[in-house]
Amino acid sequence: MTRPPNPLNPMDRRKQRIDDLAASSAGVGPRGRGPASGNVLVDDAGTVDEAPGVSLIASAWRRLRRDPVFLVGAAITIGFVVLAVIAPWVASHDPAAGLLLDKVRPQSNPIPGSEPGFPLGADDKGRDVLSRLIVGARQTLIVGVCATLIGLIGGLVLGILAGAFGGGIDAFVMRVVDVLLSIPSLLLAVSIAALARQPSQWTVIVAIAVVQIPVFARLLRGSMLAQRSSDHVLAARALGVKRSAIIFRHMVPNSLGPVIVQATLVLATSIIDAAALSFLGLGNPDDDAPEWGQMLGRSQAYIQDNPHLAVYPALCIILVALGFTLMGESLREALDPKSRR
Amino acid sequence: MARFIIRRLIQMVGVVFVLSLLLFFWLRSLPGGVVSAILGERATPASRAALTQAFGLDQPVYVQYLKFVQRAARGEFGASTSVLPGRDAFDIFLTRLPATIELSICAMAIAIVFAIPLGYLAAKRHGSTFDNGTIVMSLIGVAVPVFFLAFLLKYWFAIDTPLFPVSGRQDSALGCTRVTGFFVADGLLTREFDCSADALRHLVLPSIALATIPFAVIFRITRASVLDVLDEDYVRTAESKGLTVQVIRARHVMRNALLPVITTIGLQTGGLLAGAVLTETVFNFGGIGSTLQQAFSNRDYAVLQVLILAAAAIYVVVNLIVDISYAVIDPRVRTR
Repeated sequence: MTRPPNPLNPMDRRKQRIDDLAASSAGVGPRGRGPASGNVLVDDAGTVDEAPGVSLIASAWRRLRRDPVFLVGAAITIGFVVLAVIAPWVASHDPAAGLLLDKVRPQSNPIPGSEPGFPLGADDKGRDVLSRLIVGARQTLIVGVCATLIGLIGGLVLGILAGAFGGGIDAFVMRVVDVLLSIPSLLLAVSIAALARQPSQWTVIVAIAVVQIPVFARLLRGSMLAQRSSDHVLAARALGVKRSAIIFRHMVPNSLGPVIVQATLVLATSIIDAAALSFLGLGNPDDDAPEWGQMLGRSQAYIQDNPHLAVYPALCIILVALGFTLMGESLREALDPKSRR
Repeated sequence: MARFIIRRLIQMVGVVFVLSLLLFFWLRSLPGGVVSAILGERATPASRAALTQAFGLDQPVYVQYLKFVQRAARGEFGASTSVLPGRDAFDIFLTRLPATIELSICAMAIAIVFAIPLGYLAAKRHGSTFDNGTIVMSLIGVAVPVFFLAFLLKYWFAIDTPLFPVSGRQDSALGCTRVTGFFVADGLLTREFDCSADALRHLVLPSIALATIPFAVIFRITRASVLDVLDEDYVRTAESKGLTVQVIRARHVMRNALLPVITTIGLQTGGLLAGAVLTETVFNFGGIGSTLQQAFSNRDYAVLQVLILAAAAIYVVVNLIVDISYAVIDPRVRTR
């Protein structure tokens, strides 16, 4: 069932975008073994003298350092990660303790307002909103990172299977991947979350992660295919290097560039998707360890009269998602050899 | 051309086959198995036995699969358990589909009308403040959770300043005649123009909320595509021939730049349902999006089956249509 990809067919187009991204950065590895971009100079005697090459990583970093988009994104991301790490020591109250529970009146005043020591007030269970937001950074980071990691690992396994072996395995894996890509992502996540008997933090993470597996798989396969015929793989094969060594030491490390870019972008979407799942009632029912998406999803019940309860976690999510997106997009642009002008 | 369409159709069959397999195994792995999933808590031993028989659960897996495909092809998915208890699931889908189609058309229209001109302008002024500003705006648009944006719109323009209705598709006090289920079209057909106007007013806020993500994506594709085309030799030739800006824009730039944009529009249309689930829920719109949400939260698997299969089928069909329209626009596609 394999056929040449048609870049103008819409379904192929999405695939093509992933493949292009894969190909554009193929040959870029974390070890900086990128193609040299030196100009070839020919002197009078006719001997060829190559100008010192600049690795793609080095040139990308040179441009990133001055790119305001990247700097803003990186600053937001670093701030978020630091907050997530130090959260328990920064938060003034226990996020799970109903300190203002005696102020909650289900009929007249379900949401206690702000007061000294509780600048953002409390939620429907009398818990300090500010502390929950601060501690929530940690849980949000965990959800984002775990979902991305699981998606990444699943994608790596499938992508390596398809990219390394080709033939029937490749055709089969990619057919399933293509179908998974054809289901709207949120719908797929919701369907997977529904498989769990009891929703929990982990069902949310797994549901979001599974959606990302086909994207990563396609990306990795694309850049591995682009390398299969490249010189360094040919050289390794000519030297008699074992197949597994070629795959894991030569092809995979060189394919990771676009995958890392994609992971940055996926972190942003997984945080947003976690919020959507919570909103649809498939989130983690246990809210002692607060998570922004869960806070946003749950605040919908009180949103008419107390919109602030939704606005704070929403602003946090938007800011962090924007941070990761800005960083990912500028990384993508910097690593694309075509944009090196 | 006919051969091209037939080839595409054959490919679609492959996709639908894998999809049906996935849905079949998804149903089998639902908590408690298919029978209790569909019957819910009302299951009696007799009804269980009847359903087991009907689904062929006492037979080999491939027979079960074939029976599943047979039922799906006939539109027999069983009765709803909680969304509208007792109603046929396929029937529910059919009655609620027009609302979502109406909403999707409006959302896509908004996205396209704003995204393409802005994308063109951003590319024309590449590197300017306008260019950077619109890009940042589109990135923010993607970073905002859709349901939160939907809520903000509802809060600002329906609750705080009641410019638009808070929820629903139409004011029931108008007593409008139903013909097709498309409320705007119904009003025009029966000459109850106030009904159409009211339905349109209900569509404004949900459409804007639903349009943000397609807008951001189409905007960026248009910008990138126009940037590519502006670099081409034929544009420079047209400029040096002294053609007017309007002619160059219409005949040389946009005509070529729009090809990838059309693909993106198709892709985004197919993916709209995900956003519709969230938007329709916030505005209680009563299309298949909010029905999906109800079906999921109440675990109404009969309805879920129909909706998931339909969502995927819609995506596949939209793809096919875009594909064929593409081949009409660009003859090179047909030979590939």
